Amino acid sequence: MTINGWTQIAVFLAVILAITKPLGVFMARVFSRERTFLDPVLRPIERLLYRVTSVNEEHEMRWTEYCVSMLLFSGVSMLVLYVIERVQQWLPLNPQKFGAVAQALAFNTAASFTTNTNWQNYSGESTMSYLTQMAGLAYHNFTSAAVGIALAIAFVRGIARKEKETIGNFWVDMTRSALWVLLPACIVYALLLVSQGVVQNLRPYDTAKLVETQQVQKTGADGKPLIGSDGKPVMDTVSSQTIAQGPVASQEAIKMLGTNGGGFFNANSSHPFENPTPLSNFLQMLSIFAIPAGLTYTLGRMTGSQRHGWAVWAAMAVLFLCGVATAYWAEASGNPLLHGADQQVSALQPGGNMEGKEVRFGIANSALFATVTTDASCGAINGVHDSFTPLGGMVPLVNIMLSETVFGGVGAGLYGILIYVVLSVFIAGLMVGRTPEYLGKKIEAYDVKMAMLVTLVFPLIILVLTAISSVAKFGLTSISNSGPHGLTQILYAFTSMAGNNGSAFAGLNGNTLWYNTAGAFTMLVGRFFMIIPMLAIAGNLAKKKTVPASAGTFPVTTPLFTVLLVSVILIVGALTFFPALSLGPVLEHLLMMAGKTF
Amino acid sequence: MKKNLITAMLMTAATTVLLGIIYPLLVTGLAQAMFPKQANGELIYARDGKLVGSSSAGSSLVGSRLIGQTFSGPGYFHSRPSAAGAAGYDATASGGSNLGPTNAQLITRVNGDVAKLRAENPGKNSDTLIPVDLVTTSGSGLDPDITPAAAEFQVHRVAAERKIPEGEVAQLVRDHTENRQWGFLGEPRVNVLELNLALDARYGRSH
Repeated sequence: MTINGWTQIAVFLAVILAITKPLGVFMARVFSRERTFLDPVLRPIERLLYRVTSVNEEHEMRWTEYCVSMLLFSGVSMLVLYVIERVQQWLPLNPQKFGAVAQALAFNTAASFTTNTNWQNYSGESTMSYLTQMAGLAYHNFTSAAVGIALAIAFVRGIARKEKETIGNFWVDMTRSALWVLLPACIVYALLLVSQGVVQNLRPYDTAKLVETQQVQKTGADGKPLIGSDGKPVMDTVSSQTIAQGPVASQEAIKMLGTNGGGFFNANSSHPFENPTPLSNFLQMLSIFAIPAGLTYTLGRMTGSQRHGWAVWAAMAVLFLCGVATAYWAEASGNPLLHGADQQVSALQPGGNMEGKEVRFGIANSALFATVTTDASCGAINGVHDSFTPLGGMVPLVNIMLSETVFGGVGAGLYGILIYVVLSVFIAGLMVGRTPEYLGKKIEAYDVKMAMLVTLVFPLIILVLTAISSVAKFGLTSISNSGPHGLTQILYAFTSMAGNNGSAFAGLNGNTLWYNTAGAFTMLVGRFFMIIPMLAIAGNLAKKKTVPASAGTFPVTTPLFTVLLVSVILIVGALTFFPALSLGPVLEHLLMMAGKTF
Repeated sequence: MKKNLITAMLMTAATTVLLGIIYPLLVTGLAQAMFPKQANGELIYARDGKLVGSSSAGSSLVGSRLIGQTFSGPGYFHSRPSAAGAAGYDATASGGSNLGPTNAQLITRVNGDVAKLRAENPGKNSDTLIPVDLVTTSGSGLDPDITPAAAEFQVHRVAAERKIPEGEVAQLVRDHTENRQWGFLGEPRVNVLELNLALDARYGRSH
C-alpha cells in the first residue's frame, strides 16, 4: 500500500462528498416538478413524449397502480429486447454479420438488462450487433436506471407524505429520471470518455498487420495444443490483429452512471477501448456513486430532515471505507504462491497481485474499482475478480451480500438501505419498549413484515440455488477453478444475479441451459420481489398520520443512529452468509497461506 | 391496467427511438467531429516503413496505440502474457485468465514464464525475481502497457541483441514512460507498441 494509493482513494471520496449536495438538490427539484435550468430544452421533449404515449402528467397513482405500471413497462421492454436479439441478423448496423442470439442466452440477457443486472453470458464483440448494443442493451441501461430512480423517489414520497393515498406517477418519474438526470449527463460524459480514447464509431472491425509476426502453437477444438504426427506441436503463423470497434462511449456513459455495468466488450472496463486512461477510470468510478450519493441528499430534502440524509450517507461511507481498505490490503499483499515474481511495491511498479489487472490501474485503482462497483449494483469491472486473492475477492462478494446498500444502485441503493433503516428503527423501538417511529411515522407490523420479506427472499434464493449448483452435475461442470474457489465462483454468481450486480467470478461458464434459466429467474426475483414489498411499505407509510417527536423517539439524525444502521446491515449480512463465506474465500485464504494449490 | 399497458408499449417505442437511436448517433456525430482520432481507436498507420498519422493511399494499419500486441524476438520489448484468444492479444476476444489464486494452472504458468524470462535475459540467474506484471495476464488480455520495472528488466537484452549502447535504450524507455495522469492518478507505465516502433524507427527493424 502506498501514500499515492491512499491519496487516490481519499480524493475519490472527497469528490463524492462534494457532489452529493448539488446533485441531491437538483434531483429533488426535478421530482418535485420545480423549474431547473434544463427546462427550456427538455420540457418540450417531455410534453411530446406524454402526448404520444397518452400520459396524463397530473394523474397521481396509488402504490398498486405505480407497481403495475412499472411491471408492464419492464415486461414490454424486456420482450422487445429479446426480439431484437433474436432477429439482429436481419437488422441494420451489423457489420460483422453476427447471427441471432441463442434462445436461452437471449432470454437471460433480456432479463439481465431489464433488471439493471447486466450479467453477461456472452462476449459483446463476438455476439451482439451495433444495433443490439445501442437500441437493445444501452437502451435498457437507461430505462432500468430510470425505473430505479423513480422507485426510490416514490419510496421517499411515501415517507414524506401525510394521510395521502398516492405516491406519484410512475410514467412521469421514469421520464423525468431519463430526461433530466441521465440523458444530459451522459452526452457530456460520453464525450469526455471519447477525449480519453474510448471509441465511438459504427465502422467494421479493423485489421492491423502485426509489427512482429508470431509463431504460435495451434490449438484444437478442445482448447489443447495440437500435436502433429511427428510428435512436435503444430505451429500457426499469426501476422494480423483484428481490432473490434463500435459505439462504445455512448454505452459506457450510461453503463456507469446508471450502475448497470454491462460491458460493450467481454473484458468490460478493463478493455483499453472502454477505459483507456487513469482519468477515464476515475470518472467511471465517480459516475457509479454520483446518483446514489446524491439521492441521500434528495431523501433529506424531500422528507424535511437533511441531517437524516447525511446520517445515511455516513453509514454508507463507513462501510465503503471498510471494504476498500480490506481489498487494497489483500491485493497489495500479493499471492504468496508466486515465488519467482517480484511483488514488492517500488517507484517502478505497484507490485502486488497483478493477475487479471491492468498496468495503468495497478493495485489501488483495481481494488477501489472492485469495491465501488459492488457497493453499488454496477458490476462493471476493471480487473478480474476471479483472480483476486481470496480475501480481496471476498470484499466484492460481501458488498453484494449486504444488498448493495453502500451508496448502492441508482435508486435501488436508496430503497435498499431504507429497508434496513426501517429494521433499525424497529429494533431501536424494541429496545426501549415503544412503538417505533420513523420521521414521524409509526412503523407497525405490516411495514416490518414487508421489510423482512425483502431481507429473507434475497438470501433464500442465493443459498438454495448455490446449494443445488454445488452438488448437481449441471452446476459443477461450469466451474473453472477447483477447491474452495469453485464454490466461491457459484456463490458469487447467484449473489451477483440476485443482487442485480452483474459482476462475476467469470471463469464460471454461465452460458449453459441451467445457469441461463436459473440465472434469469434469480435476477427477476432479485429485482421485483424487492420492489413490490418496498412499494407496499411506501403506500402504507403515505397513508399514515404523523406523530410529533417526543423524548422517547429514537432520533434518526445522530451518529448513534449511523452506528446502529451499520451494525444492523453487518449483522443481518454476516449471520446469513458467514457459513457459506467460511467454506469459500476464508478457507481458500487459509489453504493459500499454507501453500496448497488445486 | 389496459391504459397503462398501451402506455407501456408506446413508451417503449418512443424511448427506444430517443435513447436507443438518437442518443448514440448524436454522440457518434459529435465524437467524430470533436475527437476523430480517439473515436476511431487511436490507430497507427505506416507507409514505406514510416509511421503516418492517418490512413492514406498506400498506407497500412500497424495497430492501435491502446491495444497491445505480442512481441517475442529478443530485439523487442515484450508485452505481458495474454489470455485474450488462443494466441494472445486477440482484440476480438478480450478477457482475463480467470484463474484463481490457488489454481495449480496459474502457478505452473507463472513458474514457466519466470524460468523462460530468466533464460532469455542475459545476466539473470535463478535467484532473479521477475517484475510481477511480466508473468501475469491482464484483465483485458490487451494491456498495451508494462511497468517501468518490467521495461528496465528488458533493457539489457534489447541493447545486446541490437548491438546498441544500453544507455540509449534506457533513455528511450524513460522518454516513453508515461507518468501518473495529473500527477496522482493511476500508475506509471510504458506503452510497449510505441516503444518498439520508436526502436525500429531509430535503429531499423529487428529480425
